[in-house]
Amino acid sequence: MGMKTKEKLIVKGKRLDGRKPDEIREIEMKVGVIPNADGSAQVRFGNTIAMAGVYGPRELFPKHRQEADKAIIQCRYNMAPFSVDERKRPGPSRRAIEISKVTRLALEPALFLKDYPEMVVDVYIEILQADGSTRVTGINAASLALADAGVPMKDLVVALSGGKVDDTLVIDLCGKEDNYGKADIPIVFLPRKKEITLLQMDGQLTVQEVKNIIKNVLKAGETVYKKQKEVLKKKYSK
Amino acid sequence: MRPEYILKLLETGERVDGRKLDQFRDIKIETGVIKRAEGSARVKIGKTDVIVGIKTEIGEPFSDMPDMGILKTGAEFTPIASPEFESGPPREDATELARIVDRGVRESECIDLEKLCIKEGEKAWEIFVDVHMINHDGNLIDASALAAVAALKTTKIPKLEKDKIVREKLEKKLPLSHTPITVTVGKVFDKFIIDPLKEEEEVLDSKISIAVMEDGKICAMQKSGEASLSPEDVNEMIDLAVKKSKEIRKLL
Repeated sequence: MGMKTKEKLIVKGKRLDGRKPDEIREIEMKVGVIPNADGSAQVRFGNTIAMAGVYGPRELFPKHRQEADKAIIQCRYNMAPFSVDERKRPGPSRRAIEISKVTRLALEPALFLKDYPEMVVDVYIEILQADGSTRVTGINAASLALADAGVPMKDLVVALSGGKVDDTLVIDLCGKEDNYGKADIPIVFLPRKKEITLLQMDGQLTVQEVKNIIKNVLKAGETVYKKQKEVLKKKYSK
Repeated sequence: MRPEYILKLLETGERVDGRKLDQFRDIKIETGVIKRAEGSARVKIGKTDVIVGIKTEIGEPFSDMPDMGILKTGAEFTPIASPEFESGPPREDATELARIVDRGVRESECIDLEKLCIKEGEKAWEIFVDVHMINHDGNLIDASALAAVAALKTTKIPKLEKDKIVREKLEKKLPLSHTPITVTVGKVFDKFIIDPLKEEEEVLDSKISIAVMEDGKICAMQKSGEASLSPEDVNEMIDLAVKKSKEIRKLL
């Protein structure tokens, strides 16, 4: 948000990449992509590619950080230096620290952490290529990686962004739409009971627009949910 | 046990300090509290106490916004403010708070950054918003966001002489066009609460911080807290934040 352009981002109902307002980019999902990890996945939404690896539940060190009655979850969201136009300096930025935190909170409600006292579940997310909506792409990868690791889950975790570009409400913002659009709302939810676990927003919207975008994202997220289930089934039916 | 007592009260719609669920504590805004800063404000919400100071420097504009001034927001949870805060570089919670405050100011286009460019692509004013905690008794986000806006409203930009800042000569007012107000709505059981005390914050299931503009538009949101929320919860919380933002706005 924030940057201005005179260029129209939506022309005759079509977005820069030819999509309709409510259309998600091409999605590709793979599980079991990192042999060393207990669970792993790679998710691509158009040109945004994220990889997630899960280690654990495993014993947490140092011991004083252990919780006697439950496991903790640690998340790290990281952008590869080559994932963006201008090289990103390695190491956690303030943005990454914040995203790591909201990612942890987004995943936590899906897990039965009480079943693993004194343990830790480590979730590492690497953004390999960034073209908007990276945090939600990373969380979809994390959802699959957790399932792939066999960590018991209440539900898969579905992540998708919505927003406003020019004067149109859209789903799944690409990088340019993120930069030049009017608003961006990343949402993460557990689809079966429609429980929202991450909600952020920037940009300017009326209250009604915010409510409509949330509704639209929850609906469009069903497609992402279906894809996640398909790719997991495929792996385990071999 | 104290937390259980607080929860029990909240379940019946009551609070330890006798407030209504949607009632703010007393809010005091004081501006011009730091002489060395180009703008400053101290906000007290009950016993919560924060100071925001605004400093200006000259920097290089970001390459993707060559004709705009620069906004940078930081927050420190100084150990003076709470026995739980530790020394050292800002941690996760402080970073998140700074980014929530930043987002409210930035996305509302509060500061007219276009007027802060000195030479396109080369020089622009950098506006530093630094949040300093004095005492933490809950709801640091709303207090910090309010102090940031109050401080920005009093900020004056120093004179430039041959590209050098002359700090003793504060020349013109910082150009502002909007006033965002951030209201955090907490949820516990099926109750929504405003302005939680620190000990109430510790028992909340979830919360959303919502930045509201003068025309009632929303310009930033952030859910925090561990529990999930239904879409209906979110809608109600937005409506409540918009309503309460109008009360706060009158104080500025």
